[in-house]
Amino acid sequence: MSNTSLENQLVAAIKQAVTSVTPETQEQLRAAVDTEKSDASRVQLNAILENIDVGTSESRPICQDTGTPTFFIRAGSDFPMLGQLRDTITRAVRRATTEIPLRPNAVDPITHENSNDNTGRHVPVIHWDIVDGDEAVIHVIPKGGGSENMSKLVMMTPGRGLKGVKEIVLEHVAAMEGKACPPTIIGIGLGGGSDLALQLAKKALLRPVGERHPEPEVAAMEEELLEKINRLGVGPMGVGGATTVMDVKIEYAHRHPASFPVGIVPQCWANRQTTVHVDAEGTAEVTQ
Amino acid sequence: MKVLETPIDPEEVRELRVGDAFYITGIIFTARDAAHEKLLGLDDGEVPFDPSKYAMFHCGPAIHRVDGEWQVVSAGPTTSIRMEIFEDDFIERFGTRIIIGKGGMGDRTLTALQKHGAVYAQYTGGAGALMANAIEKVEDVYFLDELGIPEAFWMFRVNEAGPFLVTMDSAGNSIHADVAARVQKNLEQLKREL
Repeated sequence: MSNTSLENQLVAAIKQAVTSVTPETQEQLRAAVDTEKSDASRVQLNAILENIDVGTSESRPICQDTGTPTFFIRAGSDFPMLGQLRDTITRAVRRATTEIPLRPNAVDPITHENSNDNTGRHVPVIHWDIVDGDEAVIHVIPKGGGSENMSKLVMMTPGRGLKGVKEIVLEHVAAMEGKACPPTIIGIGLGGGSDLALQLAKKALLRPVGERHPEPEVAAMEEELLEKINRLGVGPMGVGGATTVMDVKIEYAHRHPASFPVGIVPQCWANRQTTVHVDAEGTAEVTQ
Repeated sequence: MKVLETPIDPEEVRELRVGDAFYITGIIFTARDAAHEKLLGLDDGEVPFDPSKYAMFHCGPAIHRVDGEWQVVSAGPTTSIRMEIFEDDFIERFGTRIIIGKGGMGDRTLTALQKHGAVYAQYTGGAGALMANAIEKVEDVYFLDELGIPEAFWMFRVNEAGPFLVTMDSAGNSIHADVAARVQKNLEQLKREL
């Protein structure tokens, strides 16, 4: 068991994440070039694709906003390195910041001081899910500020029902225009409370582009929203067109009878994600 | 492929229309919120370069120093609408004719573009690696200590940087305004279908 080897693999995972997009995302972007009719939207998509090629071939961050270092962890309660995982990730983020390098994106909201190493109070952001077992799966999702700024929480009147949810999502994606760097992926979290709705919305983004929710009712709603949003006409980078979103992902939790929280978290086209699988011996493998 | 060279030729810019894509060879300078505020607060004699000659880029680059030389890691555009409160004054005072960013700008800027024969062009959001590849050299940086890396004025010497898509022109056209109007109409129709 070795913390150093896990740390190395985490640095590698951050590097792969910020210098590429997931394979499914790339496929969708390539397909969109054929769907788009206008020169303006094709200029945007071709620049995106060329940019991804440069980033990947030169190991260069595809976007200068290398995001807030964010991790979703599913760890077994018997995973031997559980207690040291936060420290190991923090060290990996510091190293990644100088080695790749990343833009320093952690600012103290009170003093305005930038920590310059992408760590700070509650940063890196880590979401924990403790399960049975002795292994860990660490999702790395450096999330850009432009798309994060377009997140939204609505404490909807429950009587509006799922029709109300769809109205809220359509209105919000229309209002986002080009600001979240479309074509985006829209994560939606329903129910829970204010906190959980937004957390689920972000977690929904971990599912690969193109993969439907396992429950048919939820999958149908994802498909309906995907089809309707793409008829809004926002288009790549907001210049008009048929590709406003690549996918819509919904997760949900039971809600209080008086509350219907609707959380929306968009992901820009630069859908940067990798996963680190670690076994009980500390052997780590990076996948994308 | 249309390539504009700096110093900028005002007539070339005036002829650009929404939907035109162009590239730039020469100097591009970065400016975000704090940079706009900084330059507007200076007396004429204190402005360290001539903003009318070059293209302005709304960008806070990822950049680092290697063996004493600045090297750009990634340099995509930032959201331009934040600069809306400064841009008309900036164009009026400094004569900047090409403004590059993402997401478009508002009516105040559009009016200033018309008045001064300028354009706003969108560079694809997130395409920071592509831009970094077109940057041959960091020629200079101003107010780095005071403003910090993302907010300082970086003077990039670029070779065929782009593509930049004109989305607001000197004739008062705005793709952003047109798309927003169309999207609102589509939104009403889609809500009726729910």
